[in-house]
Amino acid sequence: MEELHKHFLNNNRRNFLKKAGLGIGGLALGSLLDPFNFGKEVDPFSSLNNNELNLPHFAPKAKRIIYLFQSGGPSQLDLFDYKPMLNELRGSNLPESVRDGQRLTGMTSGQDKFPLVGSNYNFKQYGESRAWVSELMPYVGKIADELCFIKSMHTEAINHDPAITFFQTGSQQPGRPSMGSWMSYGLGSLNNNMPSFVVLLSNGTGRPKGQPLYSRLWGNGFLSSLHQGVQFRSAKDPVLYLKNPDGVSAHERRKMLDYLAELNYKQEAFFDDPEISSRIAQYEMAYRMQTSVPKTMDISDEPDHILKMYGPNSQKPGTYAANCIQARRLIEKDVRFVQLYHMGWDQHENLPTQIKGQSSDVDQPTAALIMDLKQRGLLEDTLVVWGGEFGRTNYCQGNLTDTNYGRDHHPRSFTVFMAGAGIKPGFSYGETDDLGYNIIKDPVHVHDLQATILNQFGIDHTKMTYKHQGRRFRLTDVSGHVVKDILS
Amino acid sequence: MKKDLLFFIIPLLCVLILKYFSSKPSVTEIYNTKQSVELIKSSFKIDEVNFNFDVKPILSDKCYTCHGPDDKTRKANLRLDIESGFYKSLEDNPNYYVINKNNPEKSEILNRINSENASYVMPPPESNLKLSAREKEILKKWVDQGGNWEPHWAYTKPKLPSIPKIDSKNWASNEIDYFIAKKLESVGMTPSEKEEKEILIRRAYFDLIGLPPTIQEVDEFISDNSNNAYEKVIDKLLESKSYGERMAAIWMDLSRYGDSHGYQDDQERIMWPWRDWVIHAYNTNMTYDKFITWQMAGDMLPNATKEQIIASGFNRNHKITQEGGVVPEEYRVEYVADRTVTSAKIMMGLTVECARCHTHKYDPISHDEFFSLYSFFNNVDEDGLIGYGITAPKPNLTIKKADINKDLSFINLPDSINDVTLMVMKETENLRNTYVLNRGSYDSPTKLVKPSTPEVVLKFDKDKYPSNRIGLSKWFFDDDNPLTSRVTVNRLWQQFFGVGIVATPDDFGSQGNKPFNPELLDWLAYTFQHHDKWDTKKFIKRIVMSSTYKQSSKVKDENRLKDPDNTYLANYPRQKLSAEMIRDNALATSGMLVNKVGGPSVKPMQPPGLWDEVTGGGGGSLAFYVEDTGENLYRRSLYTFWKRTVPPPSMMIFDAPTRDFCSPVRQKTSTPLQSLALMNDPQYQIAAENLSHNIFNEDTSIEKKINKLYRTVTGRTPKEDEIEELKKYLNEIKSLNKIEESKAFNSLVVLVYNLDETTQKS
Repeated sequence: MEELHKHFLNNNRRNFLKKAGLGIGGLALGSLLDPFNFGKEVDPFSSLNNNELNLPHFAPKAKRIIYLFQSGGPSQLDLFDYKPMLNELRGSNLPESVRDGQRLTGMTSGQDKFPLVGSNYNFKQYGESRAWVSELMPYVGKIADELCFIKSMHTEAINHDPAITFFQTGSQQPGRPSMGSWMSYGLGSLNNNMPSFVVLLSNGTGRPKGQPLYSRLWGNGFLSSLHQGVQFRSAKDPVLYLKNPDGVSAHERRKMLDYLAELNYKQEAFFDDPEISSRIAQYEMAYRMQTSVPKTMDISDEPDHILKMYGPNSQKPGTYAANCIQARRLIEKDVRFVQLYHMGWDQHENLPTQIKGQSSDVDQPTAALIMDLKQRGLLEDTLVVWGGEFGRTNYCQGNLTDTNYGRDHHPRSFTVFMAGAGIKPGFSYGETDDLGYNIIKDPVHVHDLQATILNQFGIDHTKMTYKHQGRRFRLTDVSGHVVKDILS
Repeated sequence: MKKDLLFFIIPLLCVLILKYFSSKPSVTEIYNTKQSVELIKSSFKIDEVNFNFDVKPILSDKCYTCHGPDDKTRKANLRLDIESGFYKSLEDNPNYYVINKNNPEKSEILNRINSENASYVMPPPESNLKLSAREKEILKKWVDQGGNWEPHWAYTKPKLPSIPKIDSKNWASNEIDYFIAKKLESVGMTPSEKEEKEILIRRAYFDLIGLPPTIQEVDEFISDNSNNAYEKVIDKLLESKSYGERMAAIWMDLSRYGDSHGYQDDQERIMWPWRDWVIHAYNTNMTYDKFITWQMAGDMLPNATKEQIIASGFNRNHKITQEGGVVPEEYRVEYVADRTVTSAKIMMGLTVECARCHTHKYDPISHDEFFSLYSFFNNVDEDGLIGYGITAPKPNLTIKKADINKDLSFINLPDSINDVTLMVMKETENLRNTYVLNRGSYDSPTKLVKPSTPEVVLKFDKDKYPSNRIGLSKWFFDDDNPLTSRVTVNRLWQQFFGVGIVATPDDFGSQGNKPFNPELLDWLAYTFQHHDKWDTKKFIKRIVMSSTYKQSSKVKDENRLKDPDNTYLANYPRQKLSAEMIRDNALATSGMLVNKVGGPSVKPMQPPGLWDEVTGGGGGSLAFYVEDTGENLYRRSLYTFWKRTVPPPSMMIFDAPTRDFCSPVRQKTSTPLQSLALMNDPQYQIAAENLSHNIFNEDTSIEKKINKLYRTVTGRTPKEDEIEELKKYLNEIKSLNKIEESKAFNSLVVLVYNLDETTQKS
């Protein structure tokens, strides 16, 4: 019997390794080891860890997502939330009844006056949807009929660190997994030569050196680090340590990997450690990434008209425009979650000047990206989200002059827009009051937005949980409703 | 139900089929090992159930969110976390009992869990929770056996268990082995033979000092045939200054040490003198009670010395914000909460953070109790928001060269600096009132509370202990505290076996794992506390001298089926080296390691641009990474500068935590990013070149060179076929690149650094 058992298990194990480790394309980060069945988080002896994920929960509309995060808090009042009354009332104080106890940041809590200020920029209506968009975003305006504006976003945090962390992880304090990590955990990877969660960073011209990011924003939190976001950089090495050292050819590398595998298999036979096979597989995945990543990042095969479409910076590595092209290319390679961050929206002073440059960074490339996805048929199952961590105040921070103003952080109302993957195009949802301060119709909380994004991927946000330190955690913590009204 | 029946039938079928067609390897449809293990496991008959081990985990996980300690969310006024809850009649129907001792069949708990009526069944469908057939079976069995309740195992003080009788007496070296062997024998397994000497010594080196042995050290051990050859090695390692560095590396994760403040702007902070103290404390084998007491309350001890005050810096290692717009009080509350949670995690192994917003859902820790514990840490005269450029926000302590020359010689102040200021703890003159914060929020104080501890662990006797951090430390080390010793020995065990006796070192509560060998845990806890009197080196020596530790790491065929995860330790569990060890191994084996203890953190090589891409140029002196030069490039990884918002990639890629908060256990992943780092990180390239140069220039045969290379890097003597294989590779590279052997040898070294064996501890 002993012999039989041994044979039985050995056979299972080898078959398992063949199927899960080296066979069907389950080799990407985030899906190399099927996290439901393998790895330390699952103890087969414990009934407490039964995989109840069973994903997707229902038919998904989205397969991939590009999240264009506008770090710093773009001013909705200068971009999308048109409030002519603020221009009429320019200089008059924000009525206490409107502020209604709203907490202020330390930067304006000392101000004795809160003079209202409308935008220096003109707005106009675009397309059949008649969406109001400022002259700062003419390209976005032109594609307004593709977009769904949510003008009634609100958040609980009023400072950057907690607010961005809240958007990315559902909690203001660090430690929880990023949305992209949750997706990688829940849905796995769509390919076998790229990570499933990729991050691209760019610095804005609006307010350079304004406000930093933190790599934990794309961290895996308590999920396996297989699900961490992998930063693709504009540097020599797009992924850390991707490039072979000078003088080492791909051919030589291949040879080394073959010998490495050979020697490691000898070890496996000796120690009978099944993890060895999975580590051999990691080397193979690394090797594939060495080819696939530079190839994806190399835009020399992009035709001129496409490069032109993304604007003048499209060939300048590390810019938002270049990252938008990269995002599309990554989506074409079936990367599940592409997370962009564009820094520089934190315009407390000199907003009219700063926002002009900052908007021109993103306007044309964003519109181009969406239309480019559309013309390739990718917008149908790719979700695009554009927005920051909070909005900006309707009153001036610092001195209000005839031409200049600044705006402080405003968590109570701001605008994000989405496109593609079953989101209603040419639609506007939610409303703020005439002073653009409070939401008067259809508020959307950060957890609601997260629930809605997950919903498009066929995920019931209350059911995708991970048990950590005894508690079942989810992206939306303990709240969140799918915003059904914006679904087509 | 159907699925569960299959659980019994499939293994039976498999065995039958295997019996008849054992020559055919493809008989089974089941390719997932874990799944098949589950099948086998679930086909075991449920004989006798134990409340704490079998029943409580189910109740906790599936019932306590509505029928647990939190009275705010409790449904039907029913509690299943205390004894009285189980035997009462139902409020809405007095004829029914949760558990009917006289007529188990009529117990409401069983009716509910087995019901198919969606409005009656428990847990209710909307909870997204379900009981498996096996769990239902366990609950039924338990009720049938009388439905007896027991207090939670971890809250009862450990008693000294008697040493069990075992068959494999000859195998055992010390008491640990009796407990391990007893368990193995009870499930029909046997322990493994002693590991080969060259593998064993490498294991002990990494575990005790975090560095590999040299070939000479291995050879000395091999040729030493005396009975205490191994013990001599262990004693030497415990006396090595590198021991303190290895221990400190673990303590850095727990104490969330960082060289930057951690939130948005994330500028530089200075805490390295505290880190130097930790190394010193370990190296001088300060007893654990003293080690903790100084860190918890060093500043409050009578006539506190500067050293004791430095130790108290432990409680200042949390992140501190520099983001202009915040409300300082909001963040000050965060810091106090962080201290509370960190201390509870390290000392009690409990997830008290759950009780910050409401009474704990699973463990008997109330919302009030969280803030009573919090109040110990709430009296620091600190700023919630600090300005730019402040490296040691108040309260702080300045150490001068004269202090160092006098009593603080363990602080490695560079010659170029005259003094150094670090953060420490200090009580305010007027102690703060602590209020329970509604939902844990800084602006919602409710009820006033006094310093105290969770009563379920051990009552905080105000006559016995002062109501301050000194009192708290005394309470931690009270003879009757059931958790401190267990939690500590469990973490030490984890250091050597990869997994604790309780696999969740940060959760000894209802939702945590149960000890796989409770008697061993209690024996170790009792021994550490009463016999070893918190002497850490003595205790560690017990572990490494055990036959359990010295076992071979080769998996024995007959054990694989019975315990595929090696929970019971029928062999030594092979493990991946930690991030620090992987890099330090490359530095040490290539002869580049600058083995100097302590001092300011250093900035070794890392890919350019990494910091500024993320900081966007903000962050003061830490906006750009400025690589060090000279020997600072090759210091042990413990000393690598830790900027929390962009932690060192060579550590992060290999599963180091971010140090944002206390982390008692590291992940163990294998990713392609790790492979890329080992193949291409210039640090490994330089190490390979160096080692290649050292070895190739020796006047010996190529076989001998390869042998030396292999032994240097992996610790093991390669077999002949392995040498042949490596030689073949060398020749292929030679002809492929048309280069000389000396150059090709370099390539060979890179290959050896990438061997699986190199980054594993066998």
